[in-house]
Amino acid sequence: MLAGAMRKAEHEMVVCNACRYCEAYCPVFQAMEERVTFASGDLTYLANLCHNCGECLYACQYAPPHEFGIDVPRTLSKVRVESYEASAWPAFAAVAFRRPWAATLLALLVSALVIAPISAPVARAFSGAARTLRVREGDFYSVIPHAAMVTLFGIVGVFVVLALVMGHRRFAATADLEGPRRTGESPRRTGEGLRHGELSSRRQAASDVFTLKHLHATGEDCVDAEETRRPWRRWMHHCTFYGFALCFASTTAAAIYQLLFGWIPPYGYTSIPVVLGALGGLGLLVGPAGLFLVDRGRDPDLTHVSERSLGAPFLSMLFLTSLTGVILLVLREQPYMPALLVIHLAIVLALFITLPYGKFVHGIYRAAALVKFRREEITK
Amino acid sequence: MYDVAVLGGGNAALCAALVAAERGARVIVLERAPRAFRGGNSRHVRNLRCMHTAPTDILTDTYSEDEFMEDLQRVTGGVTNETLARMMIRASADAPRRMRRFGVRFQPSLRGALHLGRTNAFFLGGGKALMNSAYAAAGRLGVRVVYEADVIGLSIRDGRFESATVRMAGGETRIAARAVVLAAGGFESNLEWLGEIWGEAAKNFIIRGTPYNTGTVLRLMLDAGAEPVGDPSQCHAVAIDARAPKFDGGIVTRLDSVPMGIVVNKCGDRFYDEGEDYWPKRYAIWGRLVAQQPDQIAYSIVDAKAVGRFMPSVYPPIVATSIRELASSINVPAGTLAATIERFNAAVRPGTFDHQALDDCHTEGLVPNKTHWAQRFDTPPFHAYPLRPGITFTYLGLKVDERARVVMKGGVAENIFAAGEIMAGNILGRGYVAGVGMTIGTAFGEIAGRESFRG
Repeated sequence: MLAGAMRKAEHEMVVCNACRYCEAYCPVFQAMEERVTFASGDLTYLANLCHNCGECLYACQYAPPHEFGIDVPRTLSKVRVESYEASAWPAFAAVAFRRPWAATLLALLVSALVIAPISAPVARAFSGAARTLRVREGDFYSVIPHAAMVTLFGIVGVFVVLALVMGHRRFAATADLEGPRRTGESPRRTGEGLRHGELSSRRQAASDVFTLKHLHATGEDCVDAEETRRPWRRWMHHCTFYGFALCFASTTAAAIYQLLFGWIPPYGYTSIPVVLGALGGLGLLVGPAGLFLVDRGRDPDLTHVSERSLGAPFLSMLFLTSLTGVILLVLREQPYMPALLVIHLAIVLALFITLPYGKFVHGIYRAAALVKFRREEITK
Repeated sequence: MYDVAVLGGGNAALCAALVAAERGARVIVLERAPRAFRGGNSRHVRNLRCMHTAPTDILTDTYSEDEFMEDLQRVTGGVTNETLARMMIRASADAPRRMRRFGVRFQPSLRGALHLGRTNAFFLGGGKALMNSAYAAAGRLGVRVVYEADVIGLSIRDGRFESATVRMAGGETRIAARAVVLAAGGFESNLEWLGEIWGEAAKNFIIRGTPYNTGTVLRLMLDAGAEPVGDPSQCHAVAIDARAPKFDGGIVTRLDSVPMGIVVNKCGDRFYDEGEDYWPKRYAIWGRLVAQQPDQIAYSIVDAKAVGRFMPSVYPPIVATSIRELASSINVPAGTLAATIERFNAAVRPGTFDHQALDDCHTEGLVPNKTHWAQRFDTPPFHAYPLRPGITFTYLGLKVDERARVVMKGGVAENIFAAGEIMAGNILGRGYVAGVGMTIGTAFGEIAGRESFRG
């Protein structure tokens, strides 16, 4: 017996499956039509397919105040957040999804307490003896030794990747990602064909993710309110996503410079790491700020408060990471660079720590659901 | 003083309002429903029947004027005004393009995953999405829309409309206009009126659509001397799940299980051939069939073999492991039901079952026989769905001419136009074919919009 949001979602999917007017809007309804009953795995899968575009709420003849009270975007957003909680590893960390601001602030505090003591200025202040140690202009490693930085971020990085992998594994079980469809039909393709289908479904899902296809699947953008379709949500998400990707590429390029070529930072303003980082940083300033404004302007009926509350902390962390990074880049020759560096690194560390326990996971679970959707489509 | 007052707020009303406003008219729309339930029965519809001479982005193949006319002749048994019908059919050819300029969206083909219709163009998201687009366009064109506006009187002098008395915003207001478009639907949600025709049985009817179609405007016009059209005692009724809400249950309350099993009344007796034809061709007769049964209730019964062979329904089946147990859960005499099923099982002839074709599984020697999809009840659990008549619309309406003007006893009214369900009886004297209600509303709404304001 399902309870709470799951139960409501099941009721809504049963009504939707008998109506099907929304089938052309998005994969949620197309996947729904492949099912007759809705177990919690199905509902978790459908919830994570939903991009919260909102069209189906306004199109619904059974939306509140109708007695059926169908609000698919809102109900599925609640189920979605519940699936984030259920997939969290380690399990106690699920509380972060219920108290996202508290979790973020705690992560910031911990990060600051870890970073500050290993930074040269603080060490100097405590030891007194290190007065001769001078911070060289623009040299971050003179503030925090390279080995310390690599060790710290390496450990945290490994943990974050582990937590994300474990989270994905739990999610795959929760959302029944590998499970058969419930129609009882057997896939037509077998053996080589099916393997080919799996590759192809991953490729298609990747394209869906990279283009945000389902935020404009019908050729027009998704709604912020009834009959109000604007491209901003998609574009700002692109800025955020590709900004994040560019920053990641920048860090990777810097690592290659240093480890492969032995080139030690700071790098010039026209070097690959700086150019990628600057572009990515710009994306991470514009994108998160834009998404924040878009979210604030959206009809509150579209999203459950539990999902809405995940947005701002994550967007703030991305924005602050980029903001402090850009300031650091511009002011790296200034005497107060060490303070800026400590602040920036504390924020980056906190962002990393919170990745598996906040809004970030939506990307992984959405992508996983889209792969399943494309797979079902191929084997249909 | 408005140029055009539109009474009603569904597709026909908005088509008229938009066309008139686009030509520069000052238009007021008086919609009886609150905003959340605006749009009359259009908020429950799904598609528009369209003629077309070549495949389009939203329609496959072709659907000629003559084929459309033949379909209409067939379902109405010839009770149609062919001149008006052909006008409507010709207008339907370009209707999607004209609707699109007001922001209406149609369902595109999705890489073959979803099939386009040949005869019907599907609104993206259905009728409520259609109405949202139309109301948004009305806003852009400066149409004044008043919700919860109940028309309680019409001032008509010498066949000319002068004003409407409207209960709105807590008071009574006179709305004067140079012309009026009547697009306020039929009377199917007026239980009292239905009771005058159907007697006590009407109490057990369920209304599939809006509760606001009480026929007030229709009655006012008939009292004012308008010529009626369509059989006043007839309504379109299908068999729907008896557990549906009294009003506004819409599409999801339908039950597609009938051809896959048998249907019995409260006495446990069968009363009609459940397998006469494909369900979409037969569901419209089952409303009347159930209405003729005692207490206007019947039960569709299937066994486990049928599960998954019909569209999932919104209400769960009543499940039992034996016929006797099932009989007691649905309050039907167990002895009679068991005997009915025993006779049915004995009468089933061997055949090759195919629920997607008119197969050769039938019964012999029963009254009535089941002519297709007849299979023995032998696989528990057994499922029952209660059925009641679900009223879609009524046929009584106002007679109109080719300019959508209302025909009064003394001649054609110069500034009174009608569109949509309130005049559908001119074309649809009987029967129904999917999506034609929207074609009537769109075609005559646009004509009324043009004719009511000539600049």
